[in-house]
Amino acid sequence: MEPIKIIDAPACPLPLANVDTDQLIPARFMKEPRSVGYGQFLLHDLRHDGSGRPAERFILNHPQVAEAKTLVARRNFGAGSSREAAVYALVDFGFRCVIAPSFGDIFASNAVNNGLLPATVSEADAEALLAALGDAPGLLQVDLETQRIGVGDLSVTFFIAPTWRTKLLNGWDDIDMTRQHAETIRRFADDYASQRPWLQATPSTEIITRS
Amino acid sequence: MTKPTTLFDKVWDAHEVLRSESGQSLLWIDRHFVHEGSFHAFSKLHERSLSVARPDLTFGIADHYVPTLTRRLDAIGDAKVRGMIEQLADNTREHGITLFGLDDPRQGIVHVLGPEQGLTQPGLLMVCGDSHTSTHGALGSIAFGIGASEVAHVLATQTLWQSRPKKMRLSLEGELSPGITAKDIALTWIARLGADGARGYAIEYAGSAIRRLSMEARLTLCNLTIEGGARCGMIAPDETTFDYLLGRPFAPRGERWDQALAYWQTLKSDDDAQFDREETLDATEIAPTVTWGVSPEEALPIDQYVPDPSRIDDDARARQVRDSLDYMGLVPGQQLTDIAIDRIFIGSCTNARLEDLRAAAAVLKGRRSKVPGIVSPGSTQVKRQAEAEGLDAVFREAGLEWRESGCSMCVGMNGDLVPAGERCASTTNRNFKGRQGPGARTHLMSPAMVAAAAVAGRLADVRQL
Repeated sequence: MEPIKIIDAPACPLPLANVDTDQLIPARFMKEPRSVGYGQFLLHDLRHDGSGRPAERFILNHPQVAEAKTLVARRNFGAGSSREAAVYALVDFGFRCVIAPSFGDIFASNAVNNGLLPATVSEADAEALLAALGDAPGLLQVDLETQRIGVGDLSVTFFIAPTWRTKLLNGWDDIDMTRQHAETIRRFADDYASQRPWLQATPSTEIITRS
Repeated sequence: MTKPTTLFDKVWDAHEVLRSESGQSLLWIDRHFVHEGSFHAFSKLHERSLSVARPDLTFGIADHYVPTLTRRLDAIGDAKVRGMIEQLADNTREHGITLFGLDDPRQGIVHVLGPEQGLTQPGLLMVCGDSHTSTHGALGSIAFGIGASEVAHVLATQTLWQSRPKKMRLSLEGELSPGITAKDIALTWIARLGADGARGYAIEYAGSAIRRLSMEARLTLCNLTIEGGARCGMIAPDETTFDYLLGRPFAPRGERWDQALAYWQTLKSDDDAQFDREETLDATEIAPTVTWGVSPEEALPIDQYVPDPSRIDDDARARQVRDSLDYMGLVPGQQLTDIAIDRIFIGSCTNARLEDLRAAAAVLKGRRSKVPGIVSPGSTQVKRQAEAEGLDAVFREAGLEWRESGCSMCVGMNGDLVPAGERCASTTNRNFKGRQGPGARTHLMSPAMVAAAAVAGRLADVRQL
């Protein structure tokens, strides 16, 4: 994973609350392999009108959106389903950071696992950032080391869990990290199984359950 | 004396393989469920030439994409949908994972099947690439949804890195009124605390009204915990839990049952255990509740009126209400019972267990639904049991379709969709924009309330039928 230190690029204002994962990527697109590029599905039903044409005033259809790397939204961003495809859609579109007052729990984990920074700001700071951007993409700096966001003269701080910050700064991958502990895991598993003999998952031959 | 400990911490501590310098825990996973959507995770394993560490603790379930009109794979018209089910069968076969596939008599929605087969047990740590994994906490396990990268991590190592969440006790005291269900409890607390109100917390449900809930009601309540933003929800195991588990296919038997039971009986929060947050609900105040908007927090008792944004002082809140009403096609101040519906859906991991189908059938018996609708049992076992009781006949005679089991119209991945602009009274878990299909409008409520809406052709108070 590519490490993140500073993101200095246009940011998209998305002044909506509760942008859930069903909106980030509608379920009907999730049969596709990642190789098709999930950016085309990002916020698909907000980006298009009823007849499938690009919705004129939607921010992702703005001509200056191509270079954007940051999205600024309102509270409870990414709530809902555990679909990592919601993060794939953002990443494949080109985003490296989402700024919001709160995030869906599973979405935030998924984001970090894909090198997308979920930066939590206060409600007031989110409103100030949205106001500073207005209704078009505008330059915004995110500094992960100092945990500061800047737009013009406005500068605010953001929160990210320290373990996630370290992971993103270094571009670390969990599986590689965990496999270094293989021997500790094996010993734990042996002890655990010997203390809980009832846990062996073998079914009885009878498959009909009780009512 | 040892420090008083919460149920959550007891289970967490028992699974902690190690703790990193930064304080993250590497947790041992007892049960890992995969479904058709887990293909991204299997691809990740494949890219790295990794094998599945513990196929014996991994279970495959076909539910998200399965058709509800047939159990025949070759009868699925959409090649991509068929491909999703085939891909799961291929991946589980390649890695030696037990599969509850399309034609298996045990097939069902993962969160119905797990408890039903006795795979879900007290004190376990369970994960699945599906947010409603919180359901399994009803038996006193820690259970939560994870994303594809984490699924790949669990497949490769049978462990997962997690930061310990804060603990919240949500107590429900007093008697529930007749006809009030776990769905009403959940929608009430989510409306009160917000869809992100429990973010960062593991919830333990406690109190006299929780203790009196059936196992199936507890499953519904824990299922909806994720809709309030919590990491997981759990209920201390008790006689209700043990009675439910005894004799289930994967439950321990004989001497092992006795060993397990002795352990399970220790799984409760100690009397003086400290919670980071306490919330209390008065059970007597909970009414039949329905959602009117596009987030589960936008819920109200059925005798209320749709909010009027012009009367809301908080700008952010007024803006959200206006946006929700616009999508839902509702008028500010409209009485909830005046909202006409186009169809109904009874199904999903939230409310498609036998008790749910009985509750809906009790309302529909001898009546006709004014709108079309689908009933999809939560599992093939539930379907068989419902048919043995004649519930299928009640639904059919009411004019509804009796289907096979799957996630179906809750998320529409298999093609069971609500047409654009139509309004559906649904026993499911999410009223998000487009959840049941592009432009679909969803109102969440209990099975009995959906049945009442079917009979009335509009949202209705089941107590008045």
